Amino acid sequence: MTISLNKVHFAYPDMPDKPVLNIPSWTVEPREQVFIHGPSGGGKSTLLNLLSGLVAPTGGELSILGKRLDKMNQRQRDRFRANQIGYVFQQFNLIPYLNAMENVLLATQFSKHQRANAREDEVEELLTKLNISPDARYKQATKLSFGQQQRVAIARALINKPRLLIADEPTSSLDQDNRDNFMSTLLPLVTAYDITLVLVSHDMSLSGYFTRIDALSDINCLTGDG
Amino acid sequence: MFMKLAVKSLLNRKGSAILTLMAMTISIFVLLAVEHIRYQAKDSFANTVSGVDLIVGARTGSLNLLLYSVFRIGSPTNNIRWESFEDIVSNPQVKWAIPIALGDSHKGYRVMGTTRDYFEFFSYGNRHSLSFDKGRVFSSVFDVVIGSDVAKKLGYSLGEKLVLSHGIASTSFSLHDDRPFTVVGILEPTGTPVDQTLHVGLEGIEAIHIDWRQGVKVPGSDITADEIEQLELKPKTVTAFMLGLKSRVATFRVQRDINNYAKEPMLAILPGVALSELWQMMKVLENTLRLVSVLILIAALLGLSAMLLASIRERSREVQLLRVIGASPTYLFLLIELEALLITLVSTLVGVLLLYICLIAAGDYLASGYGLYIQSNIMSASVFYLLLTVVMATAVAAAVPSLNIYKSARMVQ
Ligand SMILES: Nc1ncnc2c1ncn2[C@@H]1O[C@H](COP(=O)(O)OP(=O)(O)O)[C@@H](O)[C@H]1O
Ligand SMILES: [Mg+2]
Repeated sequence: MTISLNKVHFAYPDMPDKPVLNIPSWTVEPREQVFIHGPSGGGKSTLLNLLSGLVAPTGGELSILGKRLDKMNQRQRDRFRANQIGYVFQQFNLIPYLNAMENVLLATQFSKHQRANAREDEVEELLTKLNISPDARYKQATKLSFGQQQRVAIARALINKPRLLIADEPTSSLDQDNRDNFMSTLLPLVTAYDITLVLVSHDMSLSGYFTRIDALSDINCLTGDG
Repeated sequence: MFMKLAVKSLLNRKGSAILTLMAMTISIFVLLAVEHIRYQAKDSFANTVSGVDLIVGARTGSLNLLLYSVFRIGSPTNNIRWESFEDIVSNPQVKWAIPIALGDSHKGYRVMGTTRDYFEFFSYGNRHSLSFDKGRVFSSVFDVVIGSDVAKKLGYSLGEKLVLSHGIASTSFSLHDDRPFTVVGILEPTGTPVDQTLHVGLEGIEAIHIDWRQGVKVPGSDITADEIEQLELKPKTVTAFMLGLKSRVATFRVQRDINNYAKEPMLAILPGVALSELWQMMKVLENTLRLVSVLILIAALLGLSAMLLASIRERSREVQLLRVIGASPTYLFLLIELEALLITLVSTLVGVLLLYICLIAAGDYLASGYGLYIQSNIMSASVFYLLLTVVMATAVAAAVPSLNIYKSARMVQ
């Protein structure tokens, strides 16, 4: 089991009485590609932050890749995330003043077992697979097109060979063409690398790319109005 | 990569980074300049005279006497009669005596009337006596021996004819132009006011003033230089004199005798005691300067801290991103500290370079104007510790923005 949630409960500290998430049970198998959809403000990003260990659940058992995240402290979760999890956002995936190469290399700094062998040629290879032209690799991140930025973001997320890739509305700022381009670049790579993918979006049109489609409202059982 | 991130992040905010860098550079420059000049001034003053047991002049403040007789700073208040000088020198304890007559100048350099004993007994630094680069001691009335800076700056060589002017201002136009002097000797550099001085015999001083009264040339008198050489010139007054004693034990007794001399009010000082009085007086100035330079540094560090703090506001998404790819809050703390240290480091380099250039440029001015000989080599242990303190102060000042980013990094959700 790659992801397993059991009676997970989460509320932000400023509103402890209004839980955002209350998930009785939810699991994801290795190499599954899961699409979670739900309306804005429904708690999709919050769920991903739990999965990546950015925040800790306020209750319940949360295990990722066999490790109990709810039992780790922040430092342990940081290291776990750097080593095991790739993350792609809707936007601002890259440090604006670094170029594409540097952005990808930066990610290797924090992953322990990759630090020694992640070399520039490896980054080049990955960027080639993601259709980033050689001259774009040394351009400052802000000078890249939006589609290019998102594909560099995939490279950044994959360079440490994570076993779980989390994507939070990665296509919501892209137009139709770029969105198709993004998805058709991402999915084969994820399959090829045996990576488990969890992608959330409010955009139902992405469901065509997935075999498993979950609605957040089905997973998340909030009692009452919350 | 860590370093690259810090450097590129600063370059990304060039405008504010450069302004902060300039503020830091100025503060480090001031800090080092004050420290260096303070240290070197003491050194330079202490090296100016050695082996002199007593300095004697007309009754005035002991500091004043020290400053005008040795450092050529300020002007003497009164002269001593030649008879008094001879009286004191006849004391059996006196081994040697160097009379000094000041008051004339040449193109801004001071002229000192003295005797040939000066070149034999005067010493500076670690008991170095004066030595000649070229030529010899003056022997006739219109001979002059010049210091090395005078020779270098005015381009004088042996045989050069020059005219002395009355008074010590460089613009003084009452020239003794009817009686030119000939350069017969050029001294080796000493790093003391000697380098800035023209030395003539006391007879020479007497000669150029023969028909002058109260600093004004008496009209209608026209004794020629040749006629003067024939005259038996006897000095009437001296400005001050230096004494070397046979036994140092006698110093205080001789000093008391001079201070109680009945025929004329005189003051005898021990150069070392007067120097320490000078240090004491400079201490207030010194501490004020140090305080000001420290305050400037604090202001610059606060500016640095404010600049970084403002940058963190704009970087909340960057923090989020770095956290997600695995950077710990500590990493972000250190990133901001590194940015601060980079600015300080570059500022230090620029500041040191600037000070070095300024010292070279101002060296002549300080030497000729204040008798201060400041070395341009500023690297010393104390400067090193000072810079180390600046680096540590930077780390402390940068802790404010660093803790700020640390906190926001911990709160990333
Ligand atoms: N840092 C936060 N502090 C407090 N409340 C938050 C925070 N982030 C999100 N929320 C709240 O949690 C709920 C879920 O937000 P989010 O997970 O961002 O939803 P989604 O990603 O589905 O749009 C929203 O009501 C939002 O206001
Ligand atoms: Mg969201």
